[in-house]
Amino acid sequence: MWTFFHKLASPPHFYDLAAKFIPWFGVIGAACVAYGAIAGLFYAPADYQQGDAFRIIYVHVPSAYLSMMAYMIMAVSAAIGLIWRIKLSHAVAAAAAPLGAWFTFLALMTGSIWGRPMWGTWWEWGDPRLTSELLMLFLYFGYMALRAAIDDTTKADKASAVLALVGAVNIPIIHFSVEWWSSLHQGATLVREGGPAIETGMLYPLLAMIFGFTFIFGALLLGRVRTEVLFRERRANWVRKLVLPEGDHA
Amino acid sequence: MKPRRQRMLAVGLTVAGIALATALTLQAFKENMMFFVEISEIEKGNYPEDRNFRVGGLVVEGSVRREIGELELSFDLTDYENQLTVNYSGVLPDLFREGQGIIAHGRLGDNGIFMADEVLAKHDENYMPPEVAESLAGHAAAQEAVLNSEQQGQ
Repeated sequence: MWTFFHKLASPPHFYDLAAKFIPWFGVIGAACVAYGAIAGLFYAPADYQQGDAFRIIYVHVPSAYLSMMAYMIMAVSAAIGLIWRIKLSHAVAAAAAPLGAWFTFLALMTGSIWGRPMWGTWWEWGDPRLTSELLMLFLYFGYMALRAAIDDTTKADKASAVLALVGAVNIPIIHFSVEWWSSLHQGATLVREGGPAIETGMLYPLLAMIFGFTFIFGALLLGRVRTEVLFRERRANWVRKLVLPEGDHA
Repeated sequence: MKPRRQRMLAVGLTVAGIALATALTLQAFKENMMFFVEISEIEKGNYPEDRNFRVGGLVVEGSVRREIGELELSFDLTDYENQLTVNYSGVLPDLFREGQGIIAHGRLGDNGIFMADEVLAKHDENYMPPEVAESLAGHAAAQEAVLNSEQQGQ
């Protein structure tokens, strides 16, 4: 089993392996999102309170979930990179950050659009769920800025890894904010005691969207890690062989 | 100790330390982290007197009073224990209705009436089609009727 991990952590091997997974992830993700979008927008029943406006849930929840998932991937990769000194895992952390920031932005934006008609406000300062999610966006920005500010890749890896780990404390805060404190945002619908509090006709498209978003995120992440690896290994022989035309390997 | 072990320990302790520090800080600021004050807390006097704050509760059925042609309205809020009368003038969110959970922002007058300058609606975490909601409400009503008749029978 260890040989599998050692092989996986080798940049050229990962570079090839990732290329094989990307199209599959893309196809599965696109199929799930197509089903979820059509079923969610046209076939799922309207909500008893919110009518058709609740359908923004099909973008909002997958985005919010992935915004946290991407952070977890970033923080865990950073920790593995720090402890085991695996360069590939620092590359994964670096590649995950901008994707996570985009999903955080999407979650905040769709939440805001949803909040205006239902709650009666675009944004409420002081709401723990809203504020902790915004804090995560700034953590992503800080992480990317710190990376960009340090030229030496090894130093940038270490410094940004520490920041990613420190910020990870925000993840449980986001998730439990609606339980720990009084909040404008309602409690969890899917992950709660007694099972999901959503009718199955509405639930299945939502699960399809969550799976679809995750696979598309996976494809994007692998693609970004490949370019990151290529750049980091730009002086290595295998990259030269890959990039330069045949017989030009001087 | 092997260097890798050492690094593992360092990472683990850093994360644990930050988690602990954050938990203690949040615990200390628990009151300030609350988005709204509950009505029972107001009854106990646990609310900021010198500034605006938010109060949350359910709109009491049949309590919304409004003059025809006027924007001003008043309604009662409840948390099933205590009640609070709220005066408000302005636009209400779509979800505002009797029985709905809402959050009002404003200050408590000397007369014990809450003068709101903003009213937001909360919705719960349940999603279902209207027919299901109706049949659930129907079941609840039927169950109540059965209970009532049993009590009367005794």
